[in-house]
Amino acid sequence: MIQHRKRAMILSLLGMGLGQIYNRQFVKGVLLFLLHIAGISLAFSLPKAVWGLTTLGEKADHLKKIGKVYVNVRGDHSIFLLIEGMIVILAMVILAFIYIANVRDAYLIGRKREQGERAPHFAETLQYLKGAKFPQMVIFIPILLVVFFTLMPILFMVLLAFTNYSAPNFLPPAKLVSWTGMEGFKNIFTIKAWNQTFFGVALWTLIWTICATLTTFAGGFIVALMVQKKGIRFKGFWRTLFIIPYAIPQFISLLIMRNMFNGEFGPINQYLGYFGLGGLPWLTDPFWAKFTVIVVNIWIGFPITMLMIIGILSTISRDLYEAAEIDGASPFQQFNAITLPTVMFSFGPLLVMSFAGNINNFNLIYLLTNGNPANPAYQSAGSTDILITWLYKLTMDSGKYNFASIIGIFIFIIVSSFAIANIRRTKAFKEEDLNR
Amino acid sequence: MTRSDAKLKWSLGNLFCYAGLIVIGIVCIYPALWVVMSSFRPGNALYSEHLIPSTFTLQHYRDLFNTYPYAQWFINTFKVSFFTMIFSTFLVTITGYVFSRFRFKGRKNLMLGMLIIGMFPGFMSMIAVYILLMQLQLLNTHLSLILVYSAGAPMGYLYVKSYFDTVPQSLVDAARIDGAGHFTVFRRIMLPLSKPMLVYIALTSFSGGFVDFIFANMVLSTPEKQTLAVGLFKIVQGKFATEFTLFAAGCVLVAVPLTLLFILLQRYLVEGLMAGSEKG
Repeated sequence: MIQHRKRAMILSLLGMGLGQIYNRQFVKGVLLFLLHIAGISLAFSLPKAVWGLTTLGEKADHLKKIGKVYVNVRGDHSIFLLIEGMIVILAMVILAFIYIANVRDAYLIGRKREQGERAPHFAETLQYLKGAKFPQMVIFIPILLVVFFTLMPILFMVLLAFTNYSAPNFLPPAKLVSWTGMEGFKNIFTIKAWNQTFFGVALWTLIWTICATLTTFAGGFIVALMVQKKGIRFKGFWRTLFIIPYAIPQFISLLIMRNMFNGEFGPINQYLGYFGLGGLPWLTDPFWAKFTVIVVNIWIGFPITMLMIIGILSTISRDLYEAAEIDGASPFQQFNAITLPTVMFSFGPLLVMSFAGNINNFNLIYLLTNGNPANPAYQSAGSTDILITWLYKLTMDSGKYNFASIIGIFIFIIVSSFAIANIRRTKAFKEEDLNR
Repeated sequence: MTRSDAKLKWSLGNLFCYAGLIVIGIVCIYPALWVVMSSFRPGNALYSEHLIPSTFTLQHYRDLFNTYPYAQWFINTFKVSFFTMIFSTFLVTITGYVFSRFRFKGRKNLMLGMLIIGMFPGFMSMIAVYILLMQLQLLNTHLSLILVYSAGAPMGYLYVKSYFDTVPQSLVDAARIDGAGHFTVFRRIMLPLSKPMLVYIALTSFSGGFVDFIFANMVLSTPEKQTLAVGLFKIVQGKFATEFTLFAAGCVLVAVPLTLLFILLQRYLVEGLMAGSEKG
C-alpha cells in the first residue's frame, strides 16, 4: 500500500501546496504554492525586521562630508523600524498558521486516499468552506482587520513604554530611540514633577468619573420619573425635547458650551448680570472649571440615561403600584420598594459601563476646557486634565511618547478590569444555549 | 385626608412637575437656539444684547461657502460617513452573527480578546496606524478613514450578538432544512428581524465618521480632502474669538443633518438602546 499521507505531508513541509498537488488537488495546491512564494519574499525581510526590532536602528540621520560640503544622510528611523518589524512578524505568524494547516490538510487528504477515497475537487472544497467552516471563513476578515488596525497599534504602544522615545533627546529621525526597559516606569513614579502630575491628574480623574457617572444617572432618573409621572401629558413631546442634547453632535455642542460659559462675553454671565449677580470664572478658575465640566456633562449625558430608564419604567406593571396604593403605601414608599430596585437591577451593569466610559471621556474635557486653567505644578497638564487628555497632550504637544504609553497602559488596566468583570456576568457573554 | 385634598395635592404635584419639565426643556434647547440665532446675526462678536437679533443676515453662510470649500467638505463627509456606515454595519453584524450562532474552537477566547483590545485608549495607537497607512500609501485619502473606522467596528459585536441571540433557533433550522446557506440565513432572517438594532448600529457608525476631528485631522492634510468636522475644528482653532458668528453658522450646518436623523429615528434608538440594556 502506498503511503500517501507521509509523502503528501513531507511534500507540503517542503513547499506549501506541493502535497496538495501530489494529492491531485491542483487548484488548491497552486494557490497555496503562490502563497508560499509570497511568503519566501516576506521571509527575506525577516532578518532586517528582527534587527530593527532589537536594535531600533544604529545610525540616525547624520551629516557626512562629501568633497567640501556636508550633506544630510538618511539614517535609521527607529519608530519606522519598530512598526515595520512588527508588521513583518505578524504577517509571518499568520503565514505560519496557514503553513501548519497546509501540512495537516495534506496529511489528512493523504490518509483519505489510502483508505481508497478520492480527494475532494476544488468545488467541493469551496462547498465545505461555505458550509462546515463558515464561521472560521467569515470571522477571518474582521480578525485580520482588528489585528492590523487595532492589535498591532496597541502592541506598538505597549512596546513604546519600554523605550526612551521622547522629545527632545530621543526623537527620530535626528536621534535614535533605544530600549530602556522599566526606566520609564521608574521615572514617572520617582521624578517629583512627574509623579506629582500623575497622582494629581489620577485623583481628579477618579473624582470626575464618580461625579459624572452619578450626576448623569441621577439627572436622567429624575427627568424620566417626571416624564412618566401619572397625569403628565404629551410624554412623546417631552421625550423628543429632552433628546436634543444627545442628538446634537457632541463636538459641536461642547464648542457651543465653551462659548456660553465664556467669562467675559458669554451669555451665562450676561444673564447672571441681569439678576444683579456677578459673573463667575466658569472656565478660568480651577474649582469652577471642574464644576462647569461636571454640569455640562449632565446636560450632555442625561438624555441617554433618561431614555433607558423610561424604557425600564415602562416594563414595570401598573398592578404593582395599584396594589401598593391599596395597602396604603405613600408615593415615596412605592418608589423605594418598587421603582428603585427595578431600575437599579436593570441599570446596574450600564452604570459600571458608563463609569468606565467616563474615565476615557476625552471629548468633554478636551473641547470644553482643553484641560485649562493651567496648573504650574503639573507637567504638560492643566487643572481639569484627566488621564486620557493628559496622554493626548503628552503625545501631540510635548512628544513624551514613552510616558504617554505608560499612562495608556495604566488607563487600560483600570478600564478593562471594570469592563471585564461586568461583561463576564452578562447574559450575552455566558453560554446562552438555554433557549435552544 | 379627604378626597378633594388628595386631588389638590395631586394637581399641585403635577403643576410642579410641568414647571420642572418646562425649565429643563428650555435648558436643553437654549444652547442650540442661541447658536442658530447667532449665526443669523450681523457682525462677528460673541456678545449680543438680545437672543433674537434685530436684523437677520445670511452673510455668514455665504462666507462659509466662499472662503472655505464647505460644499466639498459636505460631499467628503457624506462619502466617508456613508461608506463607513455600510462597511462597519456589515462587519459588526456578521461578527455578531458568527459569535451568536456558531460554536467553534477558540470562540470564547476570541470574543473576550476582541472586547479587551477594544478598551485600549486609542490615541497612542494612532501613531502606528498613521505609519501603517503611510506604508500603504493611503495618507490623505478618504479610503484610509473608511478603512480605519470600519476596521474598528467588529469589536462592538457584543451588542449585535445579544440581539441575535434572541432570534429563535427554530427559524434558522427551518430555513436550513429548506436549503438556505448560512449567508442566506444571515441576510434573509437575522437582519430583517433586527431592524432597531441595525438602525442603531448604522446611525452610530454614520455619526462616528461624521464627527471625528482628531484622527481625520491627522490623516487628511489638504483642505479639499477635509471633512466637515476637521474643517470646522480648524476654523475654531484659527480665528475663534474674532469670528464667532461664522463659527455658529458652521455649527448649524454640521449639526442639522445629524440632529434631524437622531430625532427622526429616535423610536429605533430607544428600542435599540433598550435591547442592549435588557439583554446585555
